[in-house]
Order: sequence, then C-alpha cells, then structure tokens
Amino acid sequence: MTIGVKKVARPREMSFPESLYLVEIVKGLGVTMGHLLSNIVRQEGIKTIEYPEVRREMPPRFRGRHRLMKRENGSPRCVACFCCATACPAKCITIVAGESPDPGVEKYPVRFDIDMLRCVFCGMCVEACPCDAIRMDTGWFTPPDDTREKLIFTIDTLLEK
Amino acid sequence: MNGPLFDIAVAVARIAVFFAFCFGLVVVMTWVERKGAAYIQDRRGPNRADIFGIRAWGLFHPLADALKFLFKEDFIPDNAHRLFYQMAPMFSLAPAILAIAVIPFGPDVTVMGRRIALQIADLNVGILYLFAVSGMTVYGVVLAGWASGSKYPLLGGLRSSAQMLSYEVSMGLSLIGIFMVFESVRMSQIVAGQGGLLFGVLPKWGVFVQPLGFILFLVAQYAEANRTPFDLPEGESELVAGYHTEYASFKFSMFMMAEYLHMVVGAAVVATLFFGGWQFPYLRDAGFLFPGGSAVAVPPALVLLLRIGAFVAKVLFFAWLYVWVRWTVPRFRYDQVMRLGWKVMLPLSLLNIFATGLILLLLKK
Amino acid sequence: METVLFILFGAIAVCGAVMVVTRKSPMASALYLILTLFAVAALFVLRQAHFLAAVQVIVYAGAVVVLFVFVIMLINVPEDRLPVERATTTRVLGVIAAGIFILESAVLARRFWMPKGPAAEVGTVETVGRALFTDYLLAFEITSVLLLAAVIGAIALAKRKT
Repeated sequence: MTIGVKKVARPREMSFPESLYLVEIVKGLGVTMGHLLSNIVRQEGIKTIEYPEVRREMPPRFRGRHRLMKRENGSPRCVACFCCATACPAKCITIVAGESPDPGVEKYPVRFDIDMLRCVFCGMCVEACPCDAIRMDTGWFTPPDDTREKLIFTIDTLLEK
Repeated sequence: MNGPLFDIAVAVARIAVFFAFCFGLVVVMTWVERKGAAYIQDRRGPNRADIFGIRAWGLFHPLADALKFLFKEDFIPDNAHRLFYQMAPMFSLAPAILAIAVIPFGPDVTVMGRRIALQIADLNVGILYLFAVSGMTVYGVVLAGWASGSKYPLLGGLRSSAQMLSYEVSMGLSLIGIFMVFESVRMSQIVAGQGGLLFGVLPKWGVFVQPLGFILFLVAQYAEANRTPFDLPEGESELVAGYHTEYASFKFSMFMMAEYLHMVVGAAVVATLFFGGWQFPYLRDAGFLFPGGSAVAVPPALVLLLRIGAFVAKVLFFAWLYVWVRWTVPRFRYDQVMRLGWKVMLPLSLLNIFATGLILLLLKK
Repeated sequence: METVLFILFGAIAVCGAVMVVTRKSPMASALYLILTLFAVAALFVLRQAHFLAAVQVIVYAGAVVVLFVFVIMLINVPEDRLPVERATTTRVLGVIAAGIFILESAVLARRFWMPKGPAAEVGTVETVGRALFTDYLLAFEITSVLLLAAVIGAIALAKRKT
C-alpha cells in the first residue's frame, strides 16, 4: 500500500498592490465598518443571548440540574434504595432513609442531599434509579451562589422543580 | 484685571480646558473601544452598568471601571523591585500628559483686547518637544517589564523598547518633509501654513502635500503607541499581558489611561500636522471662500466655533481610527515588525525627504 | 526667579550625576542619568536654547539611555550578584580629578557668572542649523562619515560567523 499524497494548494504569490498591504487594510476597514454600521442599525441581527433575561433553549437530552419526582399524593417517589448514591462516581449524593408512614411504601428519604459542587452531571443516578424518582431534565445549570453550603441541594430544593 | 493675573488666569484656563477635553475623551474612548469592538464583532458590548435604571448604551461602564480600579487591592509581587515597580505607571502616564501642551486646539482669539493663542505652550521647537516627550514613554514600559520581576513582562519590555526605538527613527524622519514644506517646527505656524489652497482647489493640508509622509507617520505612531497591529509588548496570546501582567488596581488603570491618552494625543498630532489642525476647509477669517469664487460671510464667533469644532471632529475621527484599525488588522509577528520598521519605513521616509527637497528646489527656481 | 530656577536645576543635575556614579543598581544609575539629563535640558531652556534642550532629551534621554536600559534588561544581573568594585586607586584619582574640576569651574564661574538679560539666539533651530551647515560643515560631514563607519562596523561584527 502506498501512502496517499494529498496536494495542498499553496497560498499564491501576492500581487503588487496586495503586497503593499495598505489597500488590503483599507478593504478590511471597509468590512469592519460594514459590520459596525449594520449592527448599529439592526440591533436584532446581533446573535448575543442576553443571559439573565433571555435563556438559551437547551436540547431535550441535556443533562441539567436534578429534580426529584413526586407521587400523585405529593410524597417523594424515591424509596431510598441508595442505587443512585452507589452509582454516583463523584459520591455527591447523601441519603438518610426513614420508615415511610405510607403502609404501601417501605422507606422514604429523610435526607436527600446532592452536593452540586462535586456532581459531574454524568447522569448515572438517573440511569440507576429503579423508580424513575430522579431526573436531570430541568434544562438548566446549577445557578451560581456565594457559599458552599447553599450549593448542597437538599430534598426540598430538589422536589421543588 | 491687571497684567500678570490675567496671564495666569489665561494659562490656567487653557490648561484646564484642554486637559479636561483630553481626559474626557480618554474616558469616552475606553467605552468606544469596547462598544466598537463589540459591534464590529457582531456582539452587543457593555450595556449593563446603570444609574437609577438608566443604562445609556453602557456609557456608565467607564465610571464603574474606574470605581472598580480604585477599590481593588493594590498588590506588589514578591519578586518586584518595589520602587521601580511603583514608578513605572507614572513614567508611562506623565509623557502622555506632557505631550498635550504643544497642540493648538483653535486659532488665536482676542479677549479683553488681548490676543490669546488657544494652545497651552507655543514653543518654538514645537514638534521636537513632542518627540522628546514621547521618547520618554518607553521608560514606562521598560521599567514595568524589568521591575515586575517576572518573565512575561520582561519579554514585553524588551520587545517594546526595541520596537519603539526602531519606529522613533522613521517617525522623526517622516515629519522632516512637513518641516520643509511649512518651513517651521512651531505647531502654530504649521497649522497656519495649512490654511491656504493647493492648486486653487484642495486645502493645503499636510496629507495632500505629504501623502507618503502621512502614511509613514501614521504607521510609526501606531507602533509608538503600542497599538494593534504593533501591540507585541502586550501580545496576550504569547505574553499574557506583556509588560503590565503583574499590575493591578490603580496602577493598571494608569497604564490603561496612558494608552488611551496616547491615542488621543496621537490623534490630535495627526490632525494638527496633516489635516490642518483647527483649519476648516475654505473657511477664512471673514467667512467661506470657495474655489469657484463664491463667498459666504460668517460672523467671527461662528468662525471660531467652526474651527474648534473642526479640530475636535478631526481628533475624534483619528481616535476612532485607532479603535477601528485595532479590530480590523491582526497583530504582526515580531520579525515582521522589525523588517517593516527598518527595511520599509526607514528607506521610504528617507526617500520622502529627498523627493520633498527636490520638488521644493524645483519649485523655488 | 531665573536665578532660583537655575540653582534648583543645577543642584538637581549635580546631585543626579553624583547618584549615577554612586548607586549600586545599574537601573537606578540609568534613571538618575535621565534625571540629570532632564535637569541639564531645563538649564538650556533657562538660557532660551529650546532646540538644544529638546535635542538633549531626544538624543540622550530618548535614545542613548534607552539603549543602556535595554542592555541592563538583557543582562539582568540580580542585585546581590553585582560585582564588588575595590579599585581604590581609581577612587583616589577620581577624587583628585573632581577636585581639579571644581577648581577649574570656580575659576571659570568668576569670569562667566550668569550673563544678565535674555541670551543671544544661539540655541534655536535656525541658528544651530545654519551653524552646522556653514561654519561647521566639514566637522559635521566627518562626524556623519564616522557614524557610518560605526554602523558598518556594528553590522560586520553582528554578521561574523564564529
């Protein structure tokens, strides 16, 4: 087998006015001025998304921040089986199980904390959950905050969404 | 008001007005740079800072920046030479301020029976003073680079000193043509000399009598001001931020102010030497006198306003040109900068002197 | 007023010059040199020689000292590794030379002490230019040839393949 040779076009020699450079700079100035003027006249043509007011539409399979699902009666769907905590590669899920008041359900999570600072958004917890109790379909990132404590999301925060 | 008191009042007023103009323009230019860059690159640019909910297209951002600079920690790195490290921003800013002094920003005016030049100091060495002062800017950069005690600033300082020395030569030589044509180095006389007409049609501006000189001077000035495409001393892709990598807070803002003040002063110098300074095309003391022979009388107060307005407009345009070029042209490589400076600019500026001298000699005969 | 300024700038120039030779750090010496040059330029301005003042600053402060600084930066010796000079003979000789110089200037000063009134127009662009291209033309041209030789010599040294 011979090695394939690909011919790459060399940049052609510059013509004299091009090598003077000045004409080309003036042309370039024309291009930038065109952009400037068109952007001043038609502000809506600018692609920038003005973040806090306008949010980007996330694709449907985007793995965002977690939420815990509820049953029809409003109690968390989670049965505190620890599958998600076991599957988590970042060890960011802390669950404390308690006896559920509902006779049809064995356990429920007294505490369900996710340390968003450690979470790597891999989605393993969602895969592992046998009850479809945890999802990452909120379509949004972890919002920034100013203390570490505020970024450990408790069960109440997670149930909200 | 009696003599000396009047003189002092006039001097102070002139300094205050022009100083305020230049520094005001510096503040505006920081905004123009950011906003202009954004629009050229299809972005929105600064538009968040607001006072009582008024955003005014981000015009308050320079104010916010200034406040931020004031309240940041004034940090001196361990390896830095303490004294020189603190002197560098001053060395950088002071020459830019000094250069303001010789730029005429309007024609002579008569106030209370006295003729007053609208120029802080009309030195008989005019442009040479400007060279002397702008030659000092290199120390700010070099000292900053050396005293920071860090590698990137040192490289930036080295680059900048070599670059500034190289381009200072062609900058000086490119202006000799102007001296020869207007037969003076005094700024006020150069501006006055640009009031006439060339071939009866064109204003006798420096750019029309010295087109090559103008291009050379403009390029050399960009190199002297360390602006793109010659901003290698602070080339962020290779030197982080070059000579001011280690600076923060108010000292950093002094470097920034120096850069923008250089732009403003540079714009004023180009406007003065090559675009007639305060000369308004076809406007004489009495009114407009068009090449066709038609004349329009204009009251003296309006003439004065038009002339100062013309100067301001020219300065604004050239200050904008700095920004415009920055967001158009990519940075040169270092060897390209040196090649351009020594192998293109220098011979061309010598050629320009020779050609100008030849033409003047032929015209005299 | 002029006398006060003269004494002030003269003192700055002399002090700066003393600092240039006594400072240990080469960068400090270079900066004091700039100060001295500026003070001398100011003295020129006081004698109405604006052109000389401007040229002094352009050439010496703007180019020559920048070159010094450039070299200092390139070599960049840390302050604690600077060579210690022990040339006592040179120092003694230096002091003697300085003494002779001060005596000489004292003698000269008695004769040329501060001319009164505005100085003659010797330091303007026109007079310097005229003098250079008429009375001192030969010297001027020889200097330019000398500089050319220096440039060629520098290039020859830089191009030498060793």
